[in-house]
Amino acid sequence: MVLATDAAAHAAGLRVGMPASKAQVLVQGLVIQDANPAADAEALERLALWMLQRFAPIVAADPPDGIVIDSTGADHLHGGEAATLAILVEKLASVGLRARATIADTWGAAHALARFDPRPGFVSAPGNAARDVAPLSIAALRLASDMVRDLRVLGFDSVGDLLAQPRAPLALRFGPELGRRLDQATGRLAEPIEPIRSEALIEVRRAFAEPIGAAQTVARTIGELSIQLCGALERRGLGARRLDLICHRVDSQAQAVRVGTGLPLRDVKRMTRLLCDKIETIDPGFGIEVMILAATVTEPLLPKQASSSLIDQPEPDVSGLIDLLANRVGEKNLYRAAPVASDVPERTVRHIPALAPETGAEWPGRWPRPSRLLTRPETIDTVALLPDHPPASFTWRGIRRRVKRADGPERVFGEWWKRDPELTAVRDYFRLEDDAGERYWVYRAGDGEDPLTGSQRWFLHGIFG
Amino acid sequence: MRLPSAIESLRAQVRQIEGQHRRVSTALAFGVPAVDSRLPGGALPLGALHEIAGGGNGAIDGAAAALFAAGIAARTRGKVLWCLTRLDLFAPALAQAGLNSDRVIYLEGGDEKTILACFEEGLRHGGLGAVVAEVARLPMTASRRLQLAAEGSGTIGIALRRWRRQTEASDFGQPTAATTRWRVSALPSTPLPVPGVGRPRWLVELIRCRAGESADFELEACDATGHLRLPTDLVQRSDQAEGGRYSASA
Repeated sequence: MVLATDAAAHAAGLRVGMPASKAQVLVQGLVIQDANPAADAEALERLALWMLQRFAPIVAADPPDGIVIDSTGADHLHGGEAATLAILVEKLASVGLRARATIADTWGAAHALARFDPRPGFVSAPGNAARDVAPLSIAALRLASDMVRDLRVLGFDSVGDLLAQPRAPLALRFGPELGRRLDQATGRLAEPIEPIRSEALIEVRRAFAEPIGAAQTVARTIGELSIQLCGALERRGLGARRLDLICHRVDSQAQAVRVGTGLPLRDVKRMTRLLCDKIETIDPGFGIEVMILAATVTEPLLPKQASSSLIDQPEPDVSGLIDLLANRVGEKNLYRAAPVASDVPERTVRHIPALAPETGAEWPGRWPRPSRLLTRPETIDTVALLPDHPPASFTWRGIRRRVKRADGPERVFGEWWKRDPELTAVRDYFRLEDDAGERYWVYRAGDGEDPLTGSQRWFLHGIFG
Repeated sequence: MRLPSAIESLRAQVRQIEGQHRRVSTALAFGVPAVDSRLPGGALPLGALHEIAGGGNGAIDGAAAALFAAGIAARTRGKVLWCLTRLDLFAPALAQAGLNSDRVIYLEGGDEKTILACFEEGLRHGGLGAVVAEVARLPMTASRRLQLAAEGSGTIGIALRRWRRQTEASDFGQPTAATTRWRVSALPSTPLPVPGVGRPRWLVELIRCRAGESADFELEACDATGHLRLPTDLVQRSDQAEGGRYSASA
C-alpha cells in the first residue's frame, strides 16, 4: 500500500492508500521504498529536539507526522506569534522540509487547523478555538478511522455538526473517546504536553514535597537551580545561550519561561536576575510540584584573562543589561545601526544585534543628514522654478512656509540593480530653511525635465535640528 | 572669614540631605564658558536626570532636541542606550553630531511604560555612558525614580520630551525631579556670504536648574565631536553685555 508520495508521484496520479501494485502499473520505473516507522519516529524526535533548541521550551513529537510546540512565553524572542510561525516554516524549508504550521489555543485545535485549514501560517485568536475548528472535517479530530467512517454514515461532516449535537447519545454510541477529543479541541479539557528531553541536555531539577506558589519561593528556587546549573556548566566548560525554566504544576500542566542571552552566560547572579525578571509570567495555578532549569543551547565559555587596569581602562560590560532588556522587549527591538553603502537615504541604515562586534564603519559625512527621517515621505505643494531651483515656498500639513535659504540639489539615482523601475528614477534633495529658522529636507521625484525620471512631485523627507 | 566656611558646611549638609554623597558625581562641561558659568559647579552633572524638549514645532518632531542630547551623549564615555517609541530617528545624523554608530544601542518599546522601565534599568546598570529616552509624559514619581537611579550609578539620564500634539506640550510646565530642564528651538542658521544654509543655530533655554538660575543662550549646533559653539558675531558683543542675558531676538 502507498503510504506517502512525493510531488512528482502525486503529479503522476499516485495517491496515498492505493495498492503498491496499482502504483507500479501506473508509473513505469517507480522507485518504491519500504516504510520504516521506527526510523520515521526517530527522525521526528530529532526534529523536535532541534525545535526545542530554537523555538520553545516545551516541544513534543505528535506522531506520525507532527510536532506540537507550546509557544507560550517564547514568542517574544522571535517577535510575536505570526513572526515565529513564519521563521519556523522558513527554517524548515531551508533544510528541505515542507511544513504547515498553525497557532491555536489548544493542542487539538492546532492539530486540526494545521492539517485541514487551507490558510498557511494561520494564527487563531485566543478564545476562538471552537469557532475556528467548527468548519473543519471530522477527520481533523484525531479519531480512529472507523469511527470517522461511522460518523459520516450518520451524516456528520464537520466538527461544528458534532459540537451542536447533545453529547449523551453520541457517547452512548461511540464511547467516551469522541467527547474527549471534542473537549480537547475546544479547550474544555486540558491536554498536557509531555516535553521531549534528551540525554545531552544540561538540566537541573527540584521537586517539592509541598507544591509552591508564592513568587518569593519561586525566586529562591530559581536562585538555587541557577547555582546548580552554573556548576554543571562550569564542569563542561560551557556557557548558556538559551535557558528554559519549566514549572510542572499539580494539574499536570507545564508553565515555561525561556530567556536568551547575547553571549554565553555562566554567572549565577545574572542568570537569576534574568529568570526572576520573568516570574510574573508564570501562573502557579494550584501550585508547582517540580521546577526544571535547562540550558537548551550552550556554547563553549573558557576562562580568559581580564585586561589589566594598568594598561587601559576596560570598557564596562553591558551584556548583562542587554540580555535583560532583550528579554523584556524582544531581541528584534534592541539593535545597533550600521551603515549600508547606498545613496537612497532610507536604505542607508541596517539593524545589527546590539552585541555584534564593532564595525568601525561610518556613513560618509559629506552632506548634512536630518535627525528625523519620516518613515513615509509626505507630499508638499511647492512653488519652484524648474529644473534645478529649490522651492521658493512650500505647504506642509496645511501650513505655508516661505523658504529663506536653501542648499542643493543633491541628486540621488535609483538603484537599478535592485528593482527595474529604479533604472531611470532620480531624486533631487534640497535642504530648506524657512523664515522661522526651521530646516527641512525635501526632494523632488524626478530631475525636473524628463518625465521618465519621476513624477516631478515634491516630498518632505526629513527634519533637521 | 567665618562666613564662607559656615556656608560651606551648610552646603555640605544640604548635599548630604539630598543624597548626593553616595557617589562622587562627576560633571560634563559644555566647553562654552557662557553656558558653563550658568550651571552650578560649572558643568552639567553626570549622575542626574536632565530633561530636553524642543520649542515650537520641535515639541512634536524633537529634531534639534535629539541632536542636543546626542551632543551631550557623544562627550561621555561608554555605550549609549537610546529608547524610542517612534521610529523616525535617523542614525547618520547622530553620527554627524559625534555619536558613532558603534556606541548607540537602540531600544524600541511599544509604550511609554516599557520605555520608562527600560530607561531606569539602563540608568541603574552603571556601565553605560548615557541613557536617552524619548517620552511624552514624565510623572513626578517616575522622574524621581530615574533621578535616584542616575544618582546611584553616575550615569547621565536624558529624557527627551516629545509630544504627539502641540497642545500636549503644556505638560512641560509640570514639575519633575529632573536636575535641569532645557528647551532647544531652531533659529535661522549662520549667514553665509553665498546662497546656502550655514551652520544651524539654536536657541537653548535653560528653563530650570537645581541650585542655579535659568538662562537662555543662542548657540551654534553640535559639530562633529558634539561640541556647541557661541556664534562669532555674539562673541564680539559679549564683552559689552557681560553677565547679561543673550537675547533671543539678537
